[in-house]
Amino acid sequence: MTVAETEKKPLPAPSKVQQKVQQSLARRQRQEKLFRGVGISAVACSLLLVALLFINIFSKGLPAFWQATITLDIYFDPAIVKIPEQPVQGAEESDNDFRERDLAWRSAVGMVNYNRLIQAGLEKVIPDALQHRRDLARIVTSGERFALRDLVIADPTLVGQTKTLHLLTDANIDVWLKGNIDRSLPDAQQQLSAKVREWVDQLAAEGVIQNRFSFALFMNPDSRSSLASAGLAGAFMGSLYMMLVVILLAVPMGVAAAIYLEEFAPKNKLTDLVEVNINNLAAVPSIVFGLLGAAVFIGWFNLPMSAPVVGGLVLSLMTLPTVIIATRSTLKAIPPSIRQAALGLGASKMQAIFHHVLPLAIPGILTGAIIGVAQALGETAPLLLIGMKSFVASVPAGPFEQSTALPVQIYLWQGNELRNFFEARTSAAIIVLLALMLSLNALAIWLRKKYEKRW
Amino acid sequence: MSNDKLQTATVTSADINDIKLQESLAATAAQPVKITARDVKVFYGDNQAIHGIDLDVYQNEVVAFIGPSGCGKSTFLRCLNRMNDTIDICRVTGEIKLDDRNIYDPTLDVVQLRAQVGMVFQKPNPFPKSIYENIAYGPKLHGLAEKKSDLDDIVESSLRRAGLWNEVKDRLNQPGTGLSGGQQQRLCIARTIAVSPEVILMDEPCSALDPIATSIIEELIDELKQNFTIVIVTHNMQQAARVSDRTAFFHLGNLIEIGATNELFTNPKQKRTEDYITGRYG
Ligand SMILES: Nc1ncnc2c1ncn2[C@@H]1O[C@H](COP(=O)(O)OP(=O)(O)OP(=O)(O)O)[C@@H](O)[C@H]1O
Ligand SMILES: [Mg+2]
Repeated sequence: MTVAETEKKPLPAPSKVQQKVQQSLARRQRQEKLFRGVGISAVACSLLLVALLFINIFSKGLPAFWQATITLDIYFDPAIVKIPEQPVQGAEESDNDFRERDLAWRSAVGMVNYNRLIQAGLEKVIPDALQHRRDLARIVTSGERFALRDLVIADPTLVGQTKTLHLLTDANIDVWLKGNIDRSLPDAQQQLSAKVREWVDQLAAEGVIQNRFSFALFMNPDSRSSLASAGLAGAFMGSLYMMLVVILLAVPMGVAAAIYLEEFAPKNKLTDLVEVNINNLAAVPSIVFGLLGAAVFIGWFNLPMSAPVVGGLVLSLMTLPTVIIATRSTLKAIPPSIRQAALGLGASKMQAIFHHVLPLAIPGILTGAIIGVAQALGETAPLLLIGMKSFVASVPAGPFEQSTALPVQIYLWQGNELRNFFEARTSAAIIVLLALMLSLNALAIWLRKKYEKRW
Repeated sequence: MSNDKLQTATVTSADINDIKLQESLAATAAQPVKITARDVKVFYGDNQAIHGIDLDVYQNEVVAFIGPSGCGKSTFLRCLNRMNDTIDICRVTGEIKLDDRNIYDPTLDVVQLRAQVGMVFQKPNPFPKSIYENIAYGPKLHGLAEKKSDLDDIVESSLRRAGLWNEVKDRLNQPGTGLSGGQQQRLCIARTIAVSPEVILMDEPCSALDPIATSIIEELIDELKQNFTIVIVTHNMQQAARVSDRTAFFHLGNLIEIGATNELFTNPKQKRTEDYITGRYG
């Protein structure tokens, strides 16, 4: 007798079984319905929240991409713009000597009082300008005089000519015209004098002041003296340099570490410890990495404060575990039969991994890496601790120069006193950051599709 | 009860079978020994999976390993090309020689061994690359072809010998994973023979295939015997009987019996072999 025969017990009658199944069927269907309901409402909730977020940000931020701009005919009066001849490098002259002369010329050009050119331009469109000189100085934002200077430096023949220019108005004028301040407030609580308000309404009606696309938002660094021309360029470049550091450092290091740990490292207590610690590292609050960065990179290695390299190093530390974990789980998911096939043909371990496992893992590795980079892009807290929240009024020319980062810029603008103006600008900066992240994610999806399509 | 009668009947014809056995042994013994295994023990951590196995495989023969599930057939097979090396907790003791060379000799490179002893796995596992690249990978790896035309020749002849050429010659650049299960397994066999091994190990190569694909592969094994020594693990005793010259019966990590296939199936010497092949357990 076989084992199966000895253990035979009478089975319940088929009709009874059917009955039981029917009973349990109703219960199962009810449970399934309930679960589906819970799932759908969870999805609906999160979609609603995302929609709210986007509606809020876009409705606030989009208007900031267009700014109140005044169109003026500026006469580059030779009587005001008194500048020496632009130096030309002589045949005998050394580069250094020439650079010195050029610099002297530039600073001479910078000494000109460009505000007088602007005021002369304003006088042409405002009839009673001369009686209210102080009010006149508050219409065009103060940073625009540098725009005039840069025009002259770029083309000194401009002197003596008239040019039609679009100049940004003061931030408060933008606020007034967009209706972001209560027009019925008494004079004492208004930022603009009654005269300026009157002029501005008149100029807007005449079409001299119009909403124009604000290139300043993208081309300028942050500014505190001329709020209307505060832009994202500095923060954007800072973030870009940091991303570069993260991509060059965290991604190759993380992938290499993951390959070693997953494929080559012996399985023992030491590697277990390493594994546990990598997982823990992924859970460490990001601000702690900031402290570490301040102590190690700035304290010991004497790297500059507020520099994107340091930010990039700190963010690399933070991203490393994400990349390692993502890469390892991708490698784990590659069927072992592929490895065996290669080994069985006489490939070495290294060859099996590099010829067969890694090509299959690339989409997953790329996705993990890009998600890690996107996470780093949005990180703020550790950057505050390494000095990247300081105000920097220039676009960094390299990763070692002072700069800030996009999320930190959002934080800084959010705290600016001129709320009426910066609320919209903050949202605009958020839109730029989100756009950057979405394009990174799109890149991840595209790469994934590209490498997966082959098989 | 009728079974017992059958058994007594075979016992009475033992003499005749004995003569047959002598003949078949003589036939295989005429061939030189290809693989010798002596006192091979395999441990998975503290668990012993193989308890000292002695076994010889002769050149150009087909040896089948049969036995109940978990008895160590795959484990022993994997010792023969050191695929067990890839399992961290696995430890092998004893001696295995290929052509008088100890394959566990530290100076021997497994890469070289695996080029000599190829393997076909239970589940077809083509690389997710083109059919051409599947075959060409091994030869490229070992530098067997100097020119592209040499490689093309190797690919064609391997596919021809695996009986796959006519089916795939127009789609060599399409993925190997797009073939049917039986075609994939023949592709894997072609891939294995492309590096011209001396021995081919097959671990249940037909278990994922339908009867027609199985019979194609069985015919293929019969042809490959001319050039290769083949060790095949199978759960299908008809298959063992059809393709192998000798059959080895494993049980609980021991080699219970090995002998000429027709002899082992008709006149097993051990009670356990008899029980297994007559279907009493397994
Ligand atoms: N990778 C492994 N790790 C630990 N134990 C293993 C491993 N592989 C096999 N074993 C054990 O070794 C013994 C022999 O397994 P093996 O796979 O060789 O059996 P088998 O005869 O091939 O069985 P089947 O016919 O089911 O394939 C079993 O007890 C199994 O549990
Ligand atoms: Mg097996």
